[in-house]
Amino acid sequence: MSVVSARGPAGPIPHHHLSDDLLAGYAAGSLDEASSLFVASHMTLCPECRGRAAMLEEVGGVLLADIAPVAMSAGALDAVLSRAEAPANDEPVSLAGGRAGVPGKELPAPMRRYYGCDLDGIAWERQGGGVSVAAVPGLRDGSHAFMLKVEAGRAVPQHTHRGNELVMVLKGAYRDEAGRFGRGDVELADGDVVHQPKAETGEDCICLAVTDAPLKFTGSLGWLLNIFVKM
Amino acid sequence: MDAESPDDHKELMSRVARSRDKAAFAALFGHFGPRVKAYLMRSGSAPDSAEELAQEAMAMVWRKADSFDPAQASVSTWIFTIARNKRIDAYRRLNRPELDQNDPALVPDAPASPDRAYEDGQVSDAIRAALATLPAEQADMMKKAFFEDKAHSEIAAETGLPLGTVKSRLRLAIGRMRKQLKEFEA
Repeated sequence: MSVVSARGPAGPIPHHHLSDDLLAGYAAGSLDEASSLFVASHMTLCPECRGRAAMLEEVGGVLLADIAPVAMSAGALDAVLSRAEAPANDEPVSLAGGRAGVPGKELPAPMRRYYGCDLDGIAWERQGGGVSVAAVPGLRDGSHAFMLKVEAGRAVPQHTHRGNELVMVLKGAYRDEAGRFGRGDVELADGDVVHQPKAETGEDCICLAVTDAPLKFTGSLGWLLNIFVKM
Repeated sequence: MDAESPDDHKELMSRVARSRDKAAFAALFGHFGPRVKAYLMRSGSAPDSAEELAQEAMAMVWRKADSFDPAQASVSTWIFTIARNKRIDAYRRLNRPELDQNDPALVPDAPASPDRAYEDGQVSDAIRAALATLPAEQADMMKKAFFEDKAHSEIAAETGLPLGTVKSRLRLAIGRMRKQLKEFEA
């Protein structure tokens, strides 16, 4: 849904956006939890993708309007009205940490809910080479997301991806063969891409990453894959 | 009052929100309940649990009627999102990460003139028109993507199509829709 707010800008408008099939998957509700978190976090930072998502939800609405109906049971209306009057106990299952928002303004709210804190409360795990990681806790479906912090001016050692890796910058910026990526910018690296992102000088670069690669690494692809195995 | 047109739906919603009008809700229920049930069955529910979930979803329509904003979506879309979230919650025991519109981290929309495209039904009309002109294979892929609780990779496995073909059909379909919707973009 598009959001109109009178507040001042909370950050720059991203230049690199979500793909149509990710947004369609989010609108349809078929993404895994890590990818949904990624999409919701990007949309927090990107008015354009919020607008595109609203259009795709409208596709769902049109398809629902035009579906061949299946009769409900006799008495369903009365059952619904009495159910609706009863105290609500059918709200979505809550995340660890509850539905209540976690205060902060650096991480998007969906991420703060999982971590239970804003960026300043994150416990980083150092990996060497100027790289630290912090896995997103509490994903229930076995999908994986983590934050990656690269020290200012450092390059992530060259690596390839098995499967897809989605990366979005949360703080600072990096550059690679595809250009400059700052807060809110999304990059999809598929299995064929060999890339070597380098954090800009002056500020550590912090990203959210989601990988759909199965956890079958043997270590032969280098240190970076060992991060995934620990997730 | 009938629940035939999107305008009827909006009027009925506003009666439910304003005055807890049970007759208005009954009309909405008569129209959308069986569609929500059909949607849930398409996404893999047995008829009994589809009925149960559809009732829960419609109860939420009653309870949350005052949070419906016609400037943001049609009634049908709003009910679709409620049913979708119920499905995710019930079958996958998952929470759906959603953005928070009051998040201090939210980057707001550029101030724009009030947009009536959703409210006036132009967006859904354009989407319906675009869907009607899609090649059958693309229209089928959209329906599969929205109705079946399957990742694109699962759709590929089930249909025997390469994942790239599934994605490109979806992309083509969405691209065509976006073309039809160009005039509504800021």
